[in-house]
Amino acid sequence: MRPVIKADKVSKLYKLGEIGTGTLSHDVQRWISKVRGKEDPFSIIGSENDRTSTDTSGYAWALNDISFEVNEGDVLGIIGRNGAGKSTLLKILSRVTLPSTGYVNVKGRIASLLEVGTGFHPELTGRENIFLNGAILGMKKHEIKRKFDEIVEFSGVAKYVDTPVKRYSSGMYVRLAFAVAAHLESEILIVDEVLAVGDVEFQRKCLGKMGDLSKSGRTVLFVSHNLTAVQELCSTGILLKNGRLTESGPVAEIINSYQGSLSSSDFKISFPVINENIRLNDFKIYPQGGGNAITCDTPIFFEMLFENLIPNRTQDVTLELKMMDGSIVFHQAFEFAPSSDSRLGLYRLKGKIPGKLLNAGFYSFKLIFGHNRQYSLLTINELCVFEVENTHTLLGSLFNTPPGTIRINLDFDCTYEGS
Amino acid sequence: MIEEKEEQFDWDFKIQSSESPFRLGLREVWSYRDLLFLFVKRDIITVYKQTILGPLWFFIQPILTTITFMFVFGNLAGISTDGVPQILFYLSGITIWNYFNELLTQTSKTFTENATIFGKVYFPRLILPLSKVISNLMKFGIQFGLFLAVFIVFLIRGSEISPNYHIVFVPLLLVLMGGLGLGFGLISSALTTKYRDLTFLITFGVQLLMYASPVIYPMSSLSPEYQQILWFNPLTSILEGFKYAFLGSGIFSWLWLAYSTGFTVFILSLGALIFNKIEKSFIDTV
Repeated sequence: MRPVIKADKVSKLYKLGEIGTGTLSHDVQRWISKVRGKEDPFSIIGSENDRTSTDTSGYAWALNDISFEVNEGDVLGIIGRNGAGKSTLLKILSRVTLPSTGYVNVKGRIASLLEVGTGFHPELTGRENIFLNGAILGMKKHEIKRKFDEIVEFSGVAKYVDTPVKRYSSGMYVRLAFAVAAHLESEILIVDEVLAVGDVEFQRKCLGKMGDLSKSGRTVLFVSHNLTAVQELCSTGILLKNGRLTESGPVAEIINSYQGSLSSSDFKISFPVINENIRLNDFKIYPQGGGNAITCDTPIFFEMLFENLIPNRTQDVTLELKMMDGSIVFHQAFEFAPSSDSRLGLYRLKGKIPGKLLNAGFYSFKLIFGHNRQYSLLTINELCVFEVENTHTLLGSLFNTPPGTIRINLDFDCTYEGS
Repeated sequence: MIEEKEEQFDWDFKIQSSESPFRLGLREVWSYRDLLFLFVKRDIITVYKQTILGPLWFFIQPILTTITFMFVFGNLAGISTDGVPQILFYLSGITIWNYFNELLTQTSKTFTENATIFGKVYFPRLILPLSKVISNLMKFGIQFGLFLAVFIVFLIRGSEISPNYHIVFVPLLLVLMGGLGLGFGLISSALTTKYRDLTFLITFGVQLLMYASPVIYPMSSLSPEYQQILWFNPLTSILEGFKYAFLGSGIFSWLWLAYSTGFTVFILSLGALIFNKIEKSFIDTV
């Protein structure tokens, strides 16, 4: 078993904000220090990429000192919150962008499914696009020819293969695109969230194909928020946090520490969150009856305090509860100023999520302040991350969460009807 | 100890920031030649998809331009065509000028038009400009066929045109024209990534450049001082040479062709260098 990817101290520096205007002086200063062989004066090494705090330097490390190895045949899961640097890492590995410092050694061809259908031309037929897309993704013409029938069969668009793809339904389009990508003959495959495409049946097909690929000894790098899929497909994993690699090892351990880190204080939003419309002073949740532990049985209260900065508008606030894989539990709006009667000043909003509803796991709130039921005034993602702790159920145990998005207590009624 | 271990593995490639801008990676371009030809095919096919006249458009454009030039410059302005039938004079100029013009404008859009592809997949970026060279050469071939057809008709009817052995140098002229179009295109493609308003400047600039080149007028219609200045335009000797070879009017100057060759080599190298540098950072600044 030999390593096929070796990343050594890879870092990526991004400049924030507008690029190209008013930076001629910066460009010149950089250029001078480069000529003199000195370090870039605008990169502050060691500062972390933390999106919740506003950084004044104007430069951010999307990746910071990442080193890891991937062996031949490994299926590596890359896990981390939004903004942890997953996409940047994949972009560097697929050679779309270059690291600022450090290097990656690669053995074999890398093909990426960063987004399927890259380079599809609407005027070309399905057949022509298979060849074009395949070649863009790095295949040789004779390789595509050999795989052509397989691709068409997998996509299920055989009837329309000589029709321009602009007449395809979006489902057909995506299926054809994925089929091309899935039949790439590269030694290393990068997969990013493609499982979200197509209908359920096709998704199952894709997961199956992914499983086949990983069993066939292909090296696969897999990025997804769907932890179940990661656990199922991957053998090893790495965990990214604010651009740094915090842990690597067997995938089960990585997922565990990822889930553990979700509730830690690193991810708390600092109040107030302000823009020109709204100033959110506080948002908190607490279980009914005091204490800190929220379990499947406890009703959860939430309470927020915000200041409205613009009067006389029709305004609402929408609360969305999400699970960690991104799926939405509910999305409910409340209109606190229904007829152009919003007022300047403080509002306090309270609510309650009933007990015996949520299953055990990690959840986060998303908050959207809206105007006229159409426009968003302020959106806050992952406002508050919390864990709902497991309670005993008949079949599950404290360490084994029963499946399901919700966990409700149905009223069963069973009577013996005689023999 | 660790370094010794690393030596055992033969890596295929290394992703890092500090690559020499002089490494063009032409070997890699060659390994992607299938993609190159598929891009050429795409360019040719998609031009006439869902049009009534289809590939006829390749002919309509030069014909209509020629008619317009005959009317405006030949009849209204009364500019001389050196005794050559107007149709042939304008058509020859337009045919070779179009190759330069379209190659330059299309190449200059490399980054702006393909930003989404470049943001997702890697392939040698040089493939795209090179595909434009080939697809435009094919387009030139078609329009050149039109010119040849008209040319032969006039030849049979005994017009005052005297094609000569210089025709064998036409491929060289084409190489120079292609090199200049590609070189200028590569430079402007790199510059437009940073300053978008250059896109307008290029379309406009190429149009102006046509009037500063002997496309619609012969060199002989200019005063000697102006001629002297115009020779410094690297396109001049190519256009004049092309017309001289087929029509016998114009000036075939080896001296100025040598100048144009030097200029082409310079522009092409500069273009490749800048393009190579920009392609590495483009996706972070788009």
